[in-house]
Amino acid sequence: MKVSYFPGCTLKNKAKDLDVYARKSAEALGVTLEEIENWQCCGGVFSTARDEVATKLSSVRALKEAASKDQPLVTVCSACHNVIKQTNHAMQTDKEFASKVNNYIADGVYEGETEVYHYLEMLRDVVGYDELKKKVVNSFKGKKIAAYYGCLLLRPNSVMKMDDPENPSIMEDFISAIGATPVVYAKRNECCGGYIAMESPELAKKSSNAVIENAKAAGAEMIITACPLCRYNLIKNGADIPVVYFTELLAEALGVKEDTNA
Amino acid sequence: MHNNKYLQEELIRMSGVNPKKCMRCGKCSATCPAYDEMEYHPHQFVNMVESGDIEPLLASKSLYRCLSCFACIDRCPRGVEPAKLVEAVRLAAIRQQGANHLTADKVPTMLDEDIPQQAIVSAFRKYSK
Ligand code: SF4
Ligand code: SF4
Repeated sequence: MKVSYFPGCTLKNKAKDLDVYARKSAEALGVTLEEIENWQCCGGVFSTARDEVATKLSSVRALKEAASKDQPLVTVCSACHNVIKQTNHAMQTDKEFASKVNNYIADGVYEGETEVYHYLEMLRDVVGYDELKKKVVNSFKGKKIAAYYGCLLLRPNSVMKMDDPENPSIMEDFISAIGATPVVYAKRNECCGGYIAMESPELAKKSSNAVIENAKAAGAEMIITACPLCRYNLIKNGADIPVVYFTELLAEALGVKEDTNA
Repeated sequence: MHNNKYLQEELIRMSGVNPKKCMRCGKCSATCPAYDEMEYHPHQFVNMVESGDIEPLLASKSLYRCLSCFACIDRCPRGVEPAKLVEAVRLAAIRQQGANHLTADKVPTMLDEDIPQQAIVSAFRKYSK
């Protein structure tokens, strides 16, 4: 199966691991990620203002390219996913916004027809966790792993519709599928501080510490995430257990980690 | 104060929020991770836009403390979506001439070796036009 793929700026720079392991693992699972040509940065955060048009064009261009190939659009970075999915939703539901956007779009109109998946949704809904289980060659049996969702994967739920926003299981089920034991803790869907790290490192520290302490108190030996900024904030603010991208564990479980240069 | 009516309508239109739906339960502010650093909290944004008391919000540092975590959106029992109003007021502030909260020359002082590009583009999107 072939899908369109939007890596995003951070996955080409500080978060190369997240990207490289995602591609290798997808191949091992029979999915080819076709990178969108000449994609542009999504902007990192979605603006909820209905009159913000120019800042959403890069997402619409990527969505439209996927539509032209009749493929779903897959992202791995939580932030890209959030921006692109919210933009797609606005194109479907806000006609006034959509008509302004289409004034900028060459070759026909776009009306939100592309399906947007996070890589985790692709694993759960397209590949299937049972299939994944069968392909695991290095099991993480006995390892206690905490999933960190943060904000962007789940919220706003009315648009993201990935999982129950207050009691999610998509990452815990992934952890089980690779043989490990998921650790459930209260702060798994609270904010790490996000971009406030630039402006108020103290606030990022307070938010991130609360997540780390809560995960450790629940017995976690490792934290997994899909977001480069979550990972940065947790590591920067004193995580003394490993904080890794879920794609790295996936690649290791599938036995393709060594094939990469990440 | 003369153009407050216009500004109020503009904020409501940009955000799509109807502040009249708010029942002042304070859940949005209780769940806000930036609460301690804000002078005006999410429920106050809703109430002050409703009453037309917008100038203090426009000048407030609280605009740059919101993390866009959308917790107040998902956890409001009335579907008011306060963060959308915070966003609209922030845009009304930074769209004015010379009112950018973050300028490119300040960025190098805020970086370390590991900071992801995502943090920089996100801060720009929220703090500057
Ligand atoms: S979106 Fe902003 S105002 Fe709302 S809870 Fe998060 S930090 Fe607070
Ligand atoms: S949670 Fe909703 S109803 Fe309650 S104070 Fe906040 S905006 Fe108003």
